[in-house]
Amino acid sequence: MKRAGFAQPWLPMLLLLPQLTIIVIFFYWPALEAVRSSFYLEDPFGFGSSFVGLENYQILLESREYRRVALFTLFFTLCVTFFSLAIALLLAVKADKVLRGATSYKTLLMWVYAIAPPVAGLMGAMLVNHSNGMITHLFGAAGYEFRNGLNYSDTAFTMILVAIWKQIPVNFIFFLSGLQSIPVSLREAAKIDNKSGTSRFWTITFPLLAPTGFFLLITNITYALFDTFGIIDVVIKGEPGNNPLTLVYKVYVDGFRGNDLGGSSAQSVVLMVLVLALTVFQFRLIEKRIHYT
Amino acid sequence: MANVSVKDVEKIYPNGFHAIKGANLEIEPGEFIVLVGPSGCGKSTLLRTIAGLEEASSGEISIGDRVVNDIDPADRNIAMVFQNYALYPHMTVYKNMAYGLKNRKLPNDQIDTQVQKAALMLGLSEHLDRKPSQLSGGQRQRVAMGRAIVRSPDLFLFDEPLSNLDAKLRSQMRIEIRKLQRELGVTSIYVTHDQVEAMTMADRIVVLNGGKIEQIGTPAEIYNSPASVFVASFMGAPPMNLMDAVADGNSIALPGGALPLNHEVHGPVTIGIRPEKAVITDQANGATLPFTHDFTEELGAIRLVHGHLGDTPFVVHRHDDAPLPDGPLFVSVAGENVNVFDQATGQKR
Amino acid sequence: MTKTETNRGQSAPRKRRFKLEHLLDHSILILGSLFMLVPVYLIIATSSFDRITVARKGLQYTFSDQMAENFHMAMFESTSFTGTVDGFTMLMNSLILGMGFAIGKIAISMMAAYAIVYFRLRFATFAFWLIFTTLLLPLEVRILPTYEIVQGLGMINTYSGLIIPLIASATGTFFFRQFFRSVPEELVEAARIDGAGPVKFFIDILVPLSKTMIAAIFIIMFVVGWNQYLWPTLITTDEGLFTLVRGIKQIMLVIADNNKIPEFGVAMALAIIAMLPPVLIVLFFQSWFVKGLVESDK
Ligand SMILES: Nc1ncnc2c1ncn2[C@@H]1O[C@H](COP(=O)(O)OP(=O)(O)O)[C@@H](O)[C@H]1O
Ligand SMILES: [Mg+2]
Repeated sequence: MKRAGFAQPWLPMLLLLPQLTIIVIFFYWPALEAVRSSFYLEDPFGFGSSFVGLENYQILLESREYRRVALFTLFFTLCVTFFSLAIALLLAVKADKVLRGATSYKTLLMWVYAIAPPVAGLMGAMLVNHSNGMITHLFGAAGYEFRNGLNYSDTAFTMILVAIWKQIPVNFIFFLSGLQSIPVSLREAAKIDNKSGTSRFWTITFPLLAPTGFFLLITNITYALFDTFGIIDVVIKGEPGNNPLTLVYKVYVDGFRGNDLGGSSAQSVVLMVLVLALTVFQFRLIEKRIHYT
Repeated sequence: MANVSVKDVEKIYPNGFHAIKGANLEIEPGEFIVLVGPSGCGKSTLLRTIAGLEEASSGEISIGDRVVNDIDPADRNIAMVFQNYALYPHMTVYKNMAYGLKNRKLPNDQIDTQVQKAALMLGLSEHLDRKPSQLSGGQRQRVAMGRAIVRSPDLFLFDEPLSNLDAKLRSQMRIEIRKLQRELGVTSIYVTHDQVEAMTMADRIVVLNGGKIEQIGTPAEIYNSPASVFVASFMGAPPMNLMDAVADGNSIALPGGALPLNHEVHGPVTIGIRPEKAVITDQANGATLPFTHDFTEELGAIRLVHGHLGDTPFVVHRHDDAPLPDGPLFVSVAGENVNVFDQATGQKR
Repeated sequence: MTKTETNRGQSAPRKRRFKLEHLLDHSILILGSLFMLVPVYLIIATSSFDRITVARKGLQYTFSDQMAENFHMAMFESTSFTGTVDGFTMLMNSLILGMGFAIGKIAISMMAAYAIVYFRLRFATFAFWLIFTTLLLPLEVRILPTYEIVQGLGMINTYSGLIIPLIASATGTFFFRQFFRSVPEELVEAARIDGAGPVKFFIDILVPLSKTMIAAIFIIMFVVGWNQYLWPTLITTDEGLFTLVRGIKQIMLVIADNNKIPEFGVAMALAIIAMLPPVLIVLFFQSWFVKGLVESDK
């Protein structure tokens, strides 16, 4: 608050009202509802529901299917996060370094941000089309029959590839702006202290990018967990079948297709806990994070 | 200790800007050279070209008889102190100082000895485990100095290292830097836009203007016989009194009188007189000019008397407390204290 | 160190190493750019072909002559993918979603941030936490109960049901709070001395001051709103409310259906129309976009 804040009592209430109303109705209510219904078992024919305590969670934890999805989600998240960060970092370092054409590269590398995930998924699906997709042909030329939608790991490959592609621009933009905020004189001091560019990168530039990196790490994990729904939905053509799924997709499948309200809610709560843990982790990092001023 | 020689160095930036126009400079081993000039005149460019952070467009730079044009900055055996210190924010004070030595593959115990020695010299021994963000401005400045010292370089380069400090600390560090440099005997090039810093610290001053070296000389030479109108007006506070006039041999005609010259000059000139070299009297003679008094600035030890000679503003230093004489006032200046510059070129005549 | 020999000899290798290094840098950047660019190029090229060719040969590298026709069909003929809605209607719906989302979010979050930063309000800390907790949980984890509540409120298949629940998060508020706090303290003091009340101060001083910030956030929010997929998929079953991105699901279902040859060219045209507005906005307002992204996400 500003030291000379206004003292009117009603105006601020009025100003807060729209935001508070919306988040109470569309955030707190559904969030609590999810927690509540995770303790109930819905009658499959819609005749009321009964309290079952932690049974939904127990079923979840014992479900091999759920564990498989969780494991795939972990793998998916790791791959997407690692590769999109690594590729974006490499490109940002190069774009920051070149003098000629830097702006053009910047534009070319960031515009994909604007493409919607399902549109990206559609492109991916076309590229791995079984009869005539280009990636399928590439694999074919290497002697491997790539079967998106039929072979579990092939489908996973497509999902991961598209998810990485879609996330590179954001990471690139953040890394580049992180790099550009390193003072020129700091790099020059390093040039006088250290002859090797590679060693300078790992001892000076990389540690200075750490705050950006930590931030992006969390952003990317969140992205891989939640924002890839559109990609997955399109790549597997809306057919869960035997395909790799992430936890969020399974919440959707069980809740809306399987009508398993309790189970889906329990999964939602598990995800909530996961996100909360991530947030706590993030705040810890921010607390510890070196303030470079 | 090394000598430095800059021969016909030109710097044209990739965008076509001609920042250094033919610089020539010979620096003796152990000398403390100050590059001074208004902001944007190319001081940093010249310094950074010597450091190897910019490539010279042409010309030759040698440090200790070794031509360094094509040598990496890290291999020139130089150390640089930056305006904003450029300390590595993620490293402790110790690591900041040790970093350059580590990269030269010095053994750890030797690094430690050198860092501890420098820290002791700079009063940083207590702070070796701190990060730069936990230090005050003055302490950061010292760390930057320490980082330069530990390398035992052939050449120190300073780019306005004191301009982020407050006035008091600045004058204190001025003395300290000079003391350290004398102790270590390392040849130094120091960039500043502050002429007081230049006057007080330099063995020799290099005055830069618009990418060109205007004059090289000891502080006294620069002050007493500036090579151009630019140097005359840039060095000294309050600045030298300047006015246009016509010289006819051994004297110079001015409104209401004439001033003597100690050498023969003809034609349109600009003359320059230091405020402390002019004397106010109430006695007119052949070599005085009528002076109109406007107001007096009291500076404690001295007084600045502001007035006019004809239409031209003119300032005189007065050291004595006596009040100005009543009645008409006159200014007299000895011939050797009248600096004469060409009106067209601004160069000394 | 006083070596007498000159090191002119080293000049050549140093220069050459530079050139090689530059070549490598540019190669990496060009490869990266191609990686980002090629899939989209293929879609554009393919949108110029007839469906038979695409069905037989897949995505195309070159251009044919069917582009105008395909785009015309995508925009104005309703039969190809969905039953009753044409591309033009979906474009309008996408615009409504993108604009509604961006404007709504900016309006409510600026108001809330103003209340929190500029008023002496005991309840401010509580409001702050209430609002900022929403940063923790994305819509996806509470999707089912949200859907049921919206259904219960009779907002299925309405624009408000489409837009408002998406606004229920604090990203905008957080950002404006940060920005308002960085506005010099003296400004509000001067304004009060000049006799400006809170409404006048907001409209005459704070909003004009926030102009670039608002523009930057608007761009980000428009793109985010436009690109929504899961929520529109659930909440709009009436085709008249389909957005372009929602329509991708329809395309995908048709392509997945092996019984007939889908209108591939038209599908690609629709996909292009779906990505064109946000891409253009990002390209045209690149610096604002980057500013909005980097400053709002932190
Ligand atoms: N990288 C660069 N590209 C183009 N022009 C530059 C560059 N760096 C400096 N300049 C220009 O060169 C001139 C001298 O700069 P500089 O040496 O930094 O001045 P000083 O240190 O004396 O203030 C200035 O006009 C500046 O704008
Ligand atoms: Mg400078």
